[in-house]
Amino acid sequence: MSDTFQLDGTSVPFEAGQTVMQAALAGGRYIPHLCYHPEFKPHGSCKVCTVKINGRTMASCTMPAEAGLEVESNIEELNGLRRTLVQMLFVEGNHFCPSCEASGNCQLQATAYALQVMTPHYNQFFPDRPLDASHPDILLDFNRCILCELCVCASSEVDGKNVFGLSGRGITKHLIVNAESGLLKDTDMALTDKAMQVCPVGVILEKGKGFSVPIGERRYDQRPVSAQALDDAPRQADASGSCAVCEGSS
Amino acid sequence: MMAGSEIHTAGLDSILDRYARDPNALLQVLREVQELHGYIHPSSISYIGVKLGIPRARVEGVAGFYSFLHLQPHGEYRVLFSDNITDRMQGSQALMEQMCQQLWLQPGKVSEDGLVSINTTSCTGMCDQGPAMLVNGRAITRLTHQRVQEIGHLIRNRTPLADWPADYFRVEDNIRRRGPLLDNTIAPGDVLRAALALDSKDIIETVKSSGLRGRGGAGFPTGIKWEACSNAPGSEHYVVCNADEGEPGTFKDRVLLTSYADLVFEGMTLCALAIGAQHGFLYLRGEYRYLLEPLQAVLQRRRDNKLLGRNILERSGFDFDIAIHLGAGAYICGEESALIESLEGKRGVPRNRPPFPVTHGYLQQPTAVDNVETFCSAALAMQMGAENYRAIGTAKSSGSKLISVSGDCPRPGIYEYPFGVSVREVLDDCGAANARAVQVSGPSGVCVAESEFDRKLGFEDLPTAGAFMVFDDSRDLFEVARNFVHFFAHESCGFCTPCRVGTALLKSTMDKIAAGLGTQYDLGEIEHLDHVLQTSSHCGLGRTACNPVLHTLKHFRPAYESRLKSLEFEPAFDLDGALARARQMTGRDDAGAHLKPEEA
Repeated sequence: MSDTFQLDGTSVPFEAGQTVMQAALAGGRYIPHLCYHPEFKPHGSCKVCTVKINGRTMASCTMPAEAGLEVESNIEELNGLRRTLVQMLFVEGNHFCPSCEASGNCQLQATAYALQVMTPHYNQFFPDRPLDASHPDILLDFNRCILCELCVCASSEVDGKNVFGLSGRGITKHLIVNAESGLLKDTDMALTDKAMQVCPVGVILEKGKGFSVPIGERRYDQRPVSAQALDDAPRQADASGSCAVCEGSS
Repeated sequence: MMAGSEIHTAGLDSILDRYARDPNALLQVLREVQELHGYIHPSSISYIGVKLGIPRARVEGVAGFYSFLHLQPHGEYRVLFSDNITDRMQGSQALMEQMCQQLWLQPGKVSEDGLVSINTTSCTGMCDQGPAMLVNGRAITRLTHQRVQEIGHLIRNRTPLADWPADYFRVEDNIRRRGPLLDNTIAPGDVLRAALALDSKDIIETVKSSGLRGRGGAGFPTGIKWEACSNAPGSEHYVVCNADEGEPGTFKDRVLLTSYADLVFEGMTLCALAIGAQHGFLYLRGEYRYLLEPLQAVLQRRRDNKLLGRNILERSGFDFDIAIHLGAGAYICGEESALIESLEGKRGVPRNRPPFPVTHGYLQQPTAVDNVETFCSAALAMQMGAENYRAIGTAKSSGSKLISVSGDCPRPGIYEYPFGVSVREVLDDCGAANARAVQVSGPSGVCVAESEFDRKLGFEDLPTAGAFMVFDDSRDLFEVARNFVHFFAHESCGFCTPCRVGTALLKSTMDKIAAGLGTQYDLGEIEHLDHVLQTSSHCGLGRTACNPVLHTLKHFRPAYESRLKSLEFEPAFDLDGALARARQMTGRDDAGAHLKPEEA
C-alpha cells in the first residue's frame, strides 16, 4: 500500500520519488501548470503550479510528495495568484491569439481560459523580438516565448543536440540558438526532433503547415487543458529525467 | 594580418590551458578573455565552447548573464558609475551628466570612435567614500567635479589606466570603532595550531557552543552548518567563502579582505579541518577585482608558511588549499546556491532546495558556504573560547557585528559593536544629525523610522548583514525606495515568472508615480505585486523586492501621496450621485444610503 497526502481535502496516493504535481496528475487531479512536462524533470520556473502546503506556498512540480502533507490548490487565493502569473506572461511577450498559429493548441491560452483570465491587466511590455525564419523547415517566433525551457531540455536530453539555450537575465532573459550566426539554419535542428513537439505556446512552428487544422477543432477546443493534462500524465518518459543544461535542475 | 575570427581567438589557448580546459572554470575563462580583448566576440564564444567541450549556447548564455561581461564592444574605456542611493546622495548623477557632456556621449552608448562608454552599475561597495565608479573594472573613489574632469581628459588622451594617478584608486578602510574582531591579536596560524590539538567534533562543538550565527544576514548557526556538512557523505567536501558582497550599502567584507585577509583564510582553513575539506573557494565580487593580486599574495605567503597546501603545520594528511573565483556583476550570486552555480561556471540561478549545499553543493558534494565575516568570527571564537565569545552580544546573537555606515553622517565607515546595539547609538557614534530613517541591512532589509531608533541590531529584533544607510530630513524616501526597486529589477536572474516580470512591473509603477501620473490605484497594485512576489518567488530576491516600498509606504506615506495625481481613483461619473434617485424613492439619506468615501 502506497502512502498518501491530502489535496484539497481528498487523498492522493504517491510513489517514492514523485513530486506533488506528478502524484496529483497520476491520480487524476489537475494542478494548473505551464513549464512542467510529464517527460522531463520539473524545475519550477513558471510558478503557476504554486500550492499551499501546511500553510506555506511552494511550486508543486518540484516539491517532493510526503505522507500526510496537507496540500491546498483549488482555492481562490491561489487561482488569483495563478491568474496574475499568467497575465504577467501575456504582457511580457507579444501574444496575439487571433492571428497565432498555435491558437487552440496553446497551453498558455488554454490555461488562461481555465483560470478565467479576462484581460491582460498590466500594460504590455511590447518587447522587440525578431522572428527567425532562416531554417528551411522551421520558423521561430520568439514573441511568444514564456521561457519554460522545455525545448532546451528536449534538444539536450532527447535529441542530443543542444540547439537551444538561454541568455540575458531578468526581464531581458531570452531564448537563443546554438549558432555563431544566431540563426536556426546554422544548427542541426530537424523536424523529427523532440524539441519540435514540446513548446507549450507557438514559438517553434513547422513551415508550410499553418492552420492545417481549423480553429475550433484543435487540441484545447475539444477538451479543456485540465482534461488534456490528465491524459498526458501517465506517458512514459523518453528522457533520462535529469537535464544538465536547464536552470535550477541541478 | 590575422583573419577576423583569428583575432578573437588569439591568446585564448593560454587562458584555457591555465584552467586545464575545465568547463567549471567557464566564468573565469570568459572574464579573462574579456580582460584580454575588451569584449567577448561570437567567434571567441564558439572557440571556447569547442575547447571546453560544451555547447556554444551555454557559453553565450553564461556570458549574457553577468553584467560585467560584454558580447559587443563597449569602448576602450568602460566607465560605470556606482548607482547606489548613497552615491546619488553624494551627487553621482550630476557627475555622470558632466562626464557625458564632456565626452559628447549618451549613457549606455559607445562613442563613435569606440573610445569610451558611460553607464551605471549596482552599488560598488564604496559608499563610505563615494561617489564611486569602475573604469575597466577598477574602482575609483571620492569623485568630485574636478576628478571627473581629469578622468575625462585622461580618457581623451588615451592614457593607459596604469598611468592614472594612484590616488584615484586609493580605497580607505575607514575603521571608526573597533571591538574584539578588529582588535584581535591573532597571528597567522595561531588558531590552526590550537585547533590541531582538537578533533573535528571538538572544533564543531566549540563553534556551536559559541553561538556563532552566519553574518551574511540569514543567521544560520554556523556550528550546525559545519556539523551537517561534516556528517554528509561525499567524495569531497568543500569550503566556500562568500565574498560576493553585493547588498547595496555593505562594504565590511571589503575591509576584512583588505586588512584581515589572514583571519579570513584562517577561518576557512579551520572550517576545512572541521568538515574534512581539501579544497576551498573564495568567491570575490567582480567589483573587488583590485583585491585579487593582494589576496593571492596572502595565499602564497600562507602556502610558504605551511598554513595552506599539503600537510599543513606538519600535520600529515591535513591538506587544504584555496582558489579565488571572481564574480562578474551579479547580485544574485550572493545567494549561496546561485553562488555555487556560478562557481561551476554557470548562470547564477538559485537552485531548487532541498537538497541544500551542506549535502549537495559544489559539484553536488557537501559544501559549507559562509560569509567572510563568519569565517573571521569563527576563528576569533576558537581563539577566545566559546564561553568568552558567547559573553559578547545578546542571548540569541552572540559576538560582535561589523556595521557598514554610510549616507547622511560625517563619519561613514566600519563600526564594530556587540550585538544588541541600538540604531540610535550607531547614529550618535557616526555623528548623524537630523536622521529621519535608516535602511538596515540594505534594500532587502528594513527601513527604520525615527520612532523606532531604539530598536536593536541582532537576530532578536533587526537582523542585519551590516548595511546601515542613514537618511536625514532633507531626503525623499520615495526616491530611496525607487532606487532600490530599480536595483532589484536589474538584478533579478529571470528564472521565475513572478520575480522576472514582477520586479519590472514594480519598477514601471514606481516610475509612473515619480512622473506624477500615479493614483491610489497604483498603491493598491504595489500591494498586490508584493503579495505575488512574496508567495511565489523562487528565492529571497523576489520575496524581498517589495520591502523598500512597503516599509517606506508604512512610515512615509505622504512622500508617495504628495506625488499622486489624485488620492482616490476618480471615475468619469459620480457613483454616489447615481444613487440619488434610490435615496429619494426610499426616503433615506442616512450614511448607509451613501457609498463610503473609499467606495465612491
